[in-house]
Parts: sequence; structure tokens; C-alpha cells
Amino acid sequence: MSLDAVVVGAGPAGSAAALALARAGRSVVLVERGPFPGAKNVYGGVVYGRVLDDVIPRWWDEVPVQRWVVRRSTMVLTDEQAITLDLRSQAWGAEPYNGMTVFRADFDSWLAGHAVAAGARLLTSTVATGLIRDGAGRVCGVRTDRPDGDLPARVVIACDGVNSFLAKEAGLLPRADATHMTLGAKEVLSLPADVIEERFALGPHEGLDIEAIGGTGGLPGGGFLYTNRDSISVGVVVSLTGLAASGRRPEDLIAGFKAHPAIAPYLRGASVKEYSAHLIPEGGYDTMPALAADGFLVAGDAAYMTLAAGIWLEGVNFAIGAGLAAGRAAAEAIASGDVSEAGLGGYRKAMERNFVLKDHKRLRLAPHLVLSERMQQQYTKVICDVAEELFTVTNPAPKPGLLRILLRAIRRRRVRWRDLARDGLDTARTFR
Amino acid sequence: MLANGMIGAPAWAEISFDERMATVEFRVSERAHIEVDSDVCRSCTTKACVTACPANLFAPTSDGGILFNYEQCFECGTCYLVCNSEGAITWSYPDGGHGVVFRHG
Repeated sequence: MSLDAVVVGAGPAGSAAALALARAGRSVVLVERGPFPGAKNVYGGVVYGRVLDDVIPRWWDEVPVQRWVVRRSTMVLTDEQAITLDLRSQAWGAEPYNGMTVFRADFDSWLAGHAVAAGARLLTSTVATGLIRDGAGRVCGVRTDRPDGDLPARVVIACDGVNSFLAKEAGLLPRADATHMTLGAKEVLSLPADVIEERFALGPHEGLDIEAIGGTGGLPGGGFLYTNRDSISVGVVVSLTGLAASGRRPEDLIAGFKAHPAIAPYLRGASVKEYSAHLIPEGGYDTMPALAADGFLVAGDAAYMTLAAGIWLEGVNFAIGAGLAAGRAAAEAIASGDVSEAGLGGYRKAMERNFVLKDHKRLRLAPHLVLSERMQQQYTKVICDVAEELFTVTNPAPKPGLLRILLRAIRRRRVRWRDLARDGLDTARTFR
Repeated sequence: MLANGMIGAPAWAEISFDERMATVEFRVSERAHIEVDSDVCRSCTTKACVTACPANLFAPTSDGGILFNYEQCFECGTCYLVCNSEGAITWSYPDGGHGVVFRHG
């Protein structure tokens, strides 16, 4: 008996897709290679739940949250300087909330549970090893590593993550392309809840999110620190090609970030609870694959949908948004009897109307700008130099003017006016 | 097989690489999901897998090849993506239910 749909990967995209299909009354199997959803997944992490409002009313009453983010700090780091924009909003600590720290083992299992409750069948400990195609080359199911392995289905939705072997097999992604990838390496450190609350000026359920540009030993990337209930997640995200060329080791880069004078005091007395690493597809809109083929859709990290736009670092919400759209479009295509690439076209159309492709398209230049040599090596230093000089009291010499300080920093850091003008224009165009 | 953590651990790290990896749960499969063709590696000048792998699974051998361990793999894909020699590293997922189990990912 053929299923209506098989969704591969019970991460946020896959569970959202399965949930949408099941709610539309379609038979759907959700295949997960880990022993439970989230077992293979790593992120920073903060989840922004607004995308769930229409899907799971009052999700905040039941989601396995660690802390609600009420403080968000954006840091610019050089070796010995740090400038921080620290935003606090008590509104974010109350319904309907904004961001939350969660562990993926908890969150992904919770979301998959909603798909199951809606009628999806979850098959854990099962690898989708390849696509089944009909005589005309249309995708019509997946092979698995179970003894009775084949799962024929009218539509396959690949939510199989950043290495998506299914999207590669379908010809939508290149076999290996390191250029748009970053590696995130993270440590979860134990720290008692009351220490976290005292150290980071937080209430009992409140959390802090620190995202830093720099602090990665000169490699393009940044660092992060998030508070969980009784632990903190700290780590780095670096360009994969930069990492490979540098000969540096990921755990050394974490150690370097942890040792930064602006970070180290936060970590005093904390011990490593879990070490982890994962790739992130950071290339954005211009690196996304085609999203559909005959009988086949791709969503989430498998479609490079993580948003890495400097001040906005989001992925789980984009995966959920894409998964929901893919599940709904697949359900409509099945109902209409046309699951060809054209019949599944509703998926892309829906995403061009919602935030997933709108945000990505608008911010298409951002990943390149943020990871550029100039942003990483020059502008961050100019910003820190200007701030430091502005607040360094030079008596008996009078205070220099801001313009003079700025020009001096630009000269010291060897910034070229032509680059600055072009990057300034790109930044203005991107974030306007 | 290379005992994990024997290379690359920095002297100033607060914990050893072995201790670091001992924080992670692995359900080791009988089948290796990584294959390395050391004949190809011998002509490789970068051997980026050796340093970039966050689990430190790859080690150069004296004859220019690569020794590897699949048992404590994060399944991130870094090794085959940074590999610049076509066909040197063949990488797939471990069998269902096996491999890394992150609790705080």
C-alpha cells in the first residue's frame, strides 16, 4: 500500500511538514535516523516561536523551554576589546514571548509528538538510504535500512538536514560544496541556576542570548553564549573553508572564545557537560537549491534555509515555516492528483509570500558581508577603536572630535574608502 | 583504529580531549560509516580533515596516509566537505539508531 507522503528527518522542518500533512488527512510516515527526534541535531540555540502561533495555540504553555530570552547582547570583539549592544525587554519574558533557549533533543521530540498526535507515523532509528523512482524518473518513495525497507509514497519531502543526501541524489544540491558552510562547535557547561541568574542579571525563567562577531582567532565567524536553566551553551561558528585552511582545531577555537576577557568571567566554575558540533548552511538565498522536483520537495537545512544575517541568526523558525508550507503544498497536490514539479509549485509560491523566502531574498547579501575579510578584520576593529578612543580621557589634551577619531581608526586599520563605500551601500540596501 | 584524543589536544585546555569526548553518548555501529582510501590521501598536501574534524577522528600516518576512527563521529560532514581529493573519504550515515546521540544539542 502506498503512502500519501514520506517525510525524511524529524527535525523542525520534517515534523512541521508531517504535522501539516496529517492535519490535511493524508497518510504520512516521518522517518528519523536517530533513536529519537533531535538526537542528531545541534544548534546555538534560540528558537523563535512566533511561527507556531497558528499551528499549536498557546504553544508556550507546553514547549520544553529552558529560559525565555529577555536579554539580547550583540558583541563586537577584537583580541582585547569588546563593544556590546545590550537590549533588554521584559515583554519578551511574558506571553506570547519572543525567543527561548531549548535543547534540540527536547524541542524536536516535542514537535514530532504533535505530528504523531495529528496522525503521522514516526519511524525512528531508520535511515532513508535512497530515492525510489518510477520509469519516468519521478520520485515515488524512499528506500530505508529496515529489513522490509521500501516506503513507496506519492510525495517525498526531504528534511534530512545540511548534508541532505536525498536532495543530492535528486540532483538539487551539489555532492560536496564547503564554500557556503560554517561549522558550529559548542560546549554545554553546567552552572547552577542561581549562579546564572546572579551572573547575568536574570529572573528565574529569564534568559540571555549573546552573539559575537569576532573572537574566533582571526577566522571568519563569531561566538555565542546562551543561558539554559542550569547550564550555558557557549561556542563558535566559523567558515568551514577558513577553518580548513587555517589548520586550527575547533575545540581550540572554542577555548579561545571562552578565554576572551569579555567572556571568561561569565564561565568561572562551569564544567563541560556535553561537547558537540554541526555544520550550518549559511549561504542564504543565492545558494538555495531548486525546492521541488517531480514527487519531491526539500525544506529546512536541506534547502540551505538557515538565516545567518549578522544581527539575525535564525534557523529553526525558518525550518518550521518551510516544513509547514511543504506539507500543505504536498497535501494540495495529492488532493488534486498532480504531484509533478509543477503540481507541487504551491510550495515555493507560499514561501515567496511568507517570511521564509521574503527575508532570505531581502537579506541575500548579508551572509557574504558578515563573513567578509573586511567586516571581520577591519570594521570590527574600527568600531572598537572608535569607542575606546571616544571614552579614553586624554587630559591635559582636549577631547578629539568624533570625525577625527573615526578617520584615524580607518587609517590605522587600513580600510580602503572604496571598500567602505561599497560595503556601506550593500549594508544599507540589505538592512533598509 | 586510532585511540581518540591522542593527537591535537592543546596543552592549555581545561580538560583533555578524551574527557571532552567522554561527555558525548555514542551508540557504536558494527559497520564503519566512514571509509578512507589512503592511497588517495598519500598525494594530498593539505590533509585538512586532520585538523578540521571536531571529533579529531583523523590522523596522518608516517607513510603519508590517513588513519581514522568512525566510532566517536558527530556525523557533521566536515571531513568529506574539506577533503580536496575526490574519492578519498566516503561518508554516509551510520545505520539507523546508531552513532552520536546529542542530549543538549
